[in-house]
Amino acid sequence: MIRDLMIIIFTAMLVNNYVLVKFLGICPFLGVSKKLHSAVGMGLAVTFVMLLATAATWPIHTYLLTAFNLEYLQTIVFILIIAALVQLVEIILKRYLPALHRSLGIYLPLITTNCAVLGVAKNNITEGYELFIEAMANALGCGLGFLLAMVLFAGVRMRIETAKPPKCFEGMPITLVSASIVALAFYGFAGVIDNMLL
Amino acid sequence: MLEAILSAAACVAGIGLICAVVLVVAAKFMAVRENALERALRECLPGVNCGACGYTGCDGYAKVLAEGTEKQTNLCIPGGDAVSQQISEALGVEFQNTVEQVAVVHCCGDCDHAVQKADYMGVQTCSGARMLYGGQQACTYGCLGKGDCAAICPYDAIYMEKGIAHVCAPKCVGCGLCVKTCPNGIISLIPDTKREVIACSNEERGARARKKCTNACIACGKCEKICPTGAIAVEENLARIDYDKCIACGKCAQVCPVGCILSADRSGRHRFSEVQ
Repeated sequence: MIRDLMIIIFTAMLVNNYVLVKFLGICPFLGVSKKLHSAVGMGLAVTFVMLLATAATWPIHTYLLTAFNLEYLQTIVFILIIAALVQLVEIILKRYLPALHRSLGIYLPLITTNCAVLGVAKNNITEGYELFIEAMANALGCGLGFLLAMVLFAGVRMRIETAKPPKCFEGMPITLVSASIVALAFYGFAGVIDNMLL
Repeated sequence: MLEAILSAAACVAGIGLICAVVLVVAAKFMAVRENALERALRECLPGVNCGACGYTGCDGYAKVLAEGTEKQTNLCIPGGDAVSQQISEALGVEFQNTVEQVAVVHCCGDCDHAVQKADYMGVQTCSGARMLYGGQQACTYGCLGKGDCAAICPYDAIYMEKGIAHVCAPKCVGCGLCVKTCPNGIISLIPDTKREVIACSNEERGARARKKCTNACIACGKCEKICPTGAIAVEENLARIDYDKCIACGKCAQVCPVGCILSADRSGRHRFSEVQ
């Protein structure tokens, strides 16, 4: 059981990394990765919201939508639930954990409708996890993968700051080129888990 | 057919309704009770969140003022007297004059005095130059001269001349951004009622420091001896001024044999009006 969960986590984190392999959530990946501190904040916020979103959407899909043959409403219902959930979390954090709210707070509204978060909720269904804990493990892996990508890329960007690319590559072009090279590195993980299982 | 449409609509509407009710209840019962006084104080402050008051932004300062743990109403440097006045009125206490801060550069090793050990051709920023053996000057303590501070100053109060940074005091509002930016940490804020500044940061022994820069502090201790209030102390081969004791008499600047104590009127907008 634990072995299965670990495999799910590491598959989601490394092999199917949401940012670098599936290209979801590119907007915060490029937007907030300039400084290590904010990259870590964003990564943690995304991980947190992914776990919450899965905790809410998986039971609703399994026990409500499937039971009434309403699977085709997935997308709209998930968006509704995630948006309301993030708002609720923000209110609770503001009231009871103001310190955490100050450090995570500004990122929370940003990821309400982030495609990576919605992607986790939908992939939990399409990948057919039968147990709630499996879906949660997948969400945790995806979130950690996002955090890993953010931290790695923040390091790369700090190097780019002091590098001197040709004039036409300055700014966003060199950032995208280096992002693609980092993504290329992650393709090295493809098949690792399959080989481990053999 | 109709049944399918209705059940779908009912499902989405039901979930939406539940979410809405939960949010409304949460907003009602878990709303952060904002103090009316705190909000009024927050309105007085400029909202730049610079942190010059020593608290985490304007909200933080308004909070401690409202709670009564902070008695001083004159800590907002960018706001100056006008804000101090408003806060005093809101709190009903006596008005306190703002002690304005001004940024000073603790280096006077311009290109006529500092020895250059190399010709730096890399990225033209101080943080870049510092990575390569501590910059192109022989002295690794002083101003790197690439103007990171001038670039970040929102008020254009810093200019580069002969390879080192200078602060134009009347333009400086004492926000402290340059202090945080300088990779060598040679900029600091002092009360603008003071005149004397140790314009050197070199902590090497006198002879070694002097070989690298003819303006460097040689830690002779003359200033320490002449200071009437004991405000100057030579520590780690560098003279340092305690501004709580300094009376701005200017004697230290007169006796300094290498001329690394600068004495000038650093009063910004503020003291100027007081003198008049």
